[in-house]
Amino acid sequence: MQRTEDSVQKTAYRLNAERCTLNLVILMRKTYWQHYSHPADMGIRGVGPTKEQAFAQAALALTAIITDLQKVVPRELVEIICQEQDDELLFVSWLNALIYEIATRGMLFSKFEVNIANNQLSAKAWGEKIDVKKHSPTVEVKAATYADLKVQQNKNGSWLVQCIVDV
Amino acid sequence: MNIEKLKRHSQCQWYIEPEGAMRVPAIIFADEKLIKDMDEKVFEQAANVAKLPGIVRASYAMPDAHWGYGFPIGGVAGFDPDQGGVISAGGVGFDISCGVRSIRTGVTCDELEPVKTKLADLLARRIPAGLGSRSKQHLSRDEMDEMLKGGAQWAVEQGFGTKDDLQYIEEKGRLPGAEPKYVSDRAKERQKDEVGTLGSGNHYLEVQKVSQIYDADSAEIFGLHLNDIVVSIHCGSRGLGHQIATDFLPRMVKSAQKFGIELPERELACAPIDSDVGREYFGAMSCGANCAVANRQVLTHLVRKVFSEILPKSNLHLLYDVSHNICKVEEHTVDGKSRRLYVHRKGATRAFGPGHPSLPADLKKAGQPVLIGGTMGTASYVLAGTEKSMSLSFGSCCHGAGRAMSRTQATKKWHGKDILRDLAQRGVIIRGASTRGIAEEAPGAYKDVGEVVDATDKAELAKKVAKLEPLICVKG
Repeated sequence: MQRTEDSVQKTAYRLNAERCTLNLVILMRKTYWQHYSHPADMGIRGVGPTKEQAFAQAALALTAIITDLQKVVPRELVEIICQEQDDELLFVSWLNALIYEIATRGMLFSKFEVNIANNQLSAKAWGEKIDVKKHSPTVEVKAATYADLKVQQNKNGSWLVQCIVDV
Repeated sequence: MNIEKLKRHSQCQWYIEPEGAMRVPAIIFADEKLIKDMDEKVFEQAANVAKLPGIVRASYAMPDAHWGYGFPIGGVAGFDPDQGGVISAGGVGFDISCGVRSIRTGVTCDELEPVKTKLADLLARRIPAGLGSRSKQHLSRDEMDEMLKGGAQWAVEQGFGTKDDLQYIEEKGRLPGAEPKYVSDRAKERQKDEVGTLGSGNHYLEVQKVSQIYDADSAEIFGLHLNDIVVSIHCGSRGLGHQIATDFLPRMVKSAQKFGIELPERELACAPIDSDVGREYFGAMSCGANCAVANRQVLTHLVRKVFSEILPKSNLHLLYDVSHNICKVEEHTVDGKSRRLYVHRKGATRAFGPGHPSLPADLKKAGQPVLIGGTMGTASYVLAGTEKSMSLSFGSCCHGAGRAMSRTQATKKWHGKDILRDLAQRGVIIRGASTRGIAEEAPGAYKDVGEVVDATDKAELAKKVAKLEPLICVKG
């Protein structure tokens, strides 16, 4: 009898573990970026299991407006810090900080590591100098805007961040 | 847009009567087809602008209006500082003083034809365009401040162009209220290698031919004849202007609460004209405007050099230079009284009528030249301001075609190479842009600029003078 109960218990644990793994896999798959339509400009969206990963995905979407991400080798590191009073303002500040680095360093970035604590963001961005022949940049991004701005956690726990960027 | 929500006052005037927090009506200028095609966001955004403190007469939307940031693109609004009026970073936008400059060349179509490809190649080599290009003019911090204070006048003093050019730029190429101390180090850092660069996106440098004259008298005054070659430059204040907007938007969002201004959307960020942040923004924005005209002046110099090498007979004279993303202090007659207003034009062109004191003597009879940019496959237009536009829209009209389709939709629909081939068959040479960039800027992705201009003419905001068709287009 005892053995049967143990077995049921074990099966329950196993099922639970499998469900957790499955959820994790779903969440992992839910790490992506995308562009979406805006009449004049471009919407960028990042989704990830954590806010930080969603911010990093949106940064990939930003670079992908300019060039093919595969073409940007993450060979040089730039560190970025910004602070704002809420998540939404912080997200726009993060993108604008990247736009500033792109403009002043003449670089493109393809790998990001983001940390957020107490409304302060510290990030590492890896990329390389713009090579017009290699990257054939499509367009220059002027700024990230507050239009269609969202930083939200979905019911399944994943994070979605988005806004319109002016190009 | 659902026109049942609007009250039609005339063939081309549609009113949104004040309701809720709206202080004044919103007036949209468009013919029936354009207004039906206009997105609903224009309704919402034009109505939102009408809610801002100190707004005078009405919130206006031009015939090319579409969904913008806070203000609709194609939005015009005047605010009275003595009645708690505001200044809005969103109402100017991210590309401060983006505008169009057209230059007569003294060359005809037949004279250009044998050297067209050579000219296109040399322009593409000499005009820094697109991400990754750098200006040959590197500015130190002191030089930067001089440029921000002096605008096109600074550029002429540096040897870029002639004093005569300045007569044909709004405010003679320099906004007097510029205060470089209110421009951040980051904005100046972004600009240090960008004076005299074209940018990218919908910015361009075109060599065009005058393909049609609608008003012979005004065209004669503007020095435009059929088959004349004209150069038009569409660009703005580059990284400096973008950074000024980026710096001030969050400040204005945060200060709005303090001033008790309710923002229907954050991009409508504004502050009382008579406040520290309002004054500082005006000082910084004026620097942005000066930067934009200095930029177009340096580009004009580069174009002149290229023309003198390839077409030594050419003689380049400015037709005019307009800014279509800007806030300016102007005198307007409201209810019979002259009032000093802060007029915002977000994707709208100033269109002062005949006899206006700001116009140079030789243009006074015709009114201000209004330069409307089209796409690389269609046409641009020269219009002239009307007396009526002063009372209709604070002397303002449309600024361009406006997009009909997003960039993502355009890249799905067209291939850059096909567009290049089609345009080449029609005799239009494109240089400089990436193939994806060309697909994003496909002529079909824009509204019909001809319809926009016709509605502008019908609404009497400005009258049609000439049509310009592209022959060479340099893009970033």
